[in-house]
Amino acid sequence: MSALISSSIARKVVMALSGLFLVLFLAQHFTINLTSVIAPDTFNEWSHFMGYNPLVQYILQPILVAGIIIHFVMGIALEIQNNRSRKIGYVRYNGSANAPWTSRNMIITGLVVLAFLGLHMYDFWVHEMAYKYLEGNPEDPTRYYAETVEKFEPIWRTVIYVIAFVLLALHLWHGFSSSFQSMGWNNKYSAGLQTFTKIYAIAIPAGFVFIALYHHFNPITH
Amino acid sequence: MNLKLKVWRQSDAHAKGKMVDYSISGIDGDMSFLEMLDILNENLINEGKEPVEFDHDCREGICGSCSLHINGEPHGPDKFITTCQLHMRKFKDGDTIVIEPFRATAFPVIKDLVVDRSSFDRIQQAGGYISVNTSGNTVDANAIPVQKEAADTAMDAATCIGCGACVAACKNASAMLFTSAKVSQFALLPQGQVEATERVKNMVRQMDLEGFGNCTNTGACELECPKGISLDNIARMNREYLKANLKG
Repeated sequence: MSALISSSIARKVVMALSGLFLVLFLAQHFTINLTSVIAPDTFNEWSHFMGYNPLVQYILQPILVAGIIIHFVMGIALEIQNNRSRKIGYVRYNGSANAPWTSRNMIITGLVVLAFLGLHMYDFWVHEMAYKYLEGNPEDPTRYYAETVEKFEPIWRTVIYVIAFVLLALHLWHGFSSSFQSMGWNNKYSAGLQTFTKIYAIAIPAGFVFIALYHHFNPITH
Repeated sequence: MNLKLKVWRQSDAHAKGKMVDYSISGIDGDMSFLEMLDILNENLINEGKEPVEFDHDCREGICGSCSLHINGEPHGPDKFITTCQLHMRKFKDGDTIVIEPFRATAFPVIKDLVVDRSSFDRIQQAGGYISVNTSGNTVDANAIPVQKEAADTAMDAATCIGCGACVAACKNASAMLFTSAKVSQFALLPQGQVEATERVKNMVRQMDLEGFGNCTNTGACELECPKGISLDNIARMNREYLKANLKG
């Protein structure tokens, strides 16, 4: 078993599985966020459920954090190992001749998304923790929509969110389809699956961009 | 045509190498890249200088000896060929050509453009074979029925000549395409089933021990492989490896 854990293939499988888990989470997150555009009351209801349900708070949320940490730590570990495998580089290396930019720069797109996660956690998670536990405010199932829309009022934050989602799309463009190759899942369904992953990589981040821009251009008037 | 060459020169494995500029003239478009280097070496010998060391053997794209990273790509700018099959007509008069050895920690430079690719031999020795009793009662391989599709795919994998272009092209210097081709050529055939579990485990272990990088599925190896070995082989090896380890 120790040989399995330390092997290059096993590490790639860990990257793939944690990545697929985060892809699933992204779909769920997008679905809830979309309700903030089409049905604010539903958004409030679902957000309150996510914020106070013990199963979500004490089991699913720690699993999500673990998934992010595993994906990040393993990605960095693999990058360090890969850099060691070519200590002397080429004078001329024509990487674009045989591989797309997205596949060669997963570490860059990944680190940008990770940095964005820092801002995102500060914006929503830290605020939520302070609201519930530091300030000891009572439950208010109607506050989420207004708080979310308010966040997108400053143009700088909206721009950062848009840039981060473009980078996320580039990360998913290679990463989502690549995860199936890493796990050896290539069969007669692969072509269809590849198409689905490419559509997903564009559609979900584009949806998040739409939501951010929608709230920026449609502020709540007091 | 007249060309400018920038060639990696390194006197031995421990020396610090550097790029050296050469000018060469009278190169015909019908010459192979290695013939161009032969002329460069004749010129250097006539000038009393040390010729450039480079690997070559069959010069017809079969043996996998010739390597060279030419203008940023293994085996040069053309696809599905080895360096010995690269013609000078791919270049223009006045071009500057950068010639480097294949770079990977597991492929240390021996001298100039020659690298030590024995790490591939050790991966092969770790399991890239089948054990057959040859003491008088060898079973004819043709007596065992093999599905046509499996035989063709196994043959495709077996066309790997072990040149190392996959490692040279990969941004991570990963040897997964080579190793997976050697695993696949047996995994697809009934003769390879007996040792299948140990084969994939041992070959992957050796590949990791040699210090090759991790595959990130960029696909560069497949595009630069002179024999067009498919990425499907890597997926198959991943599958075989997981299956072998989950079995225990």
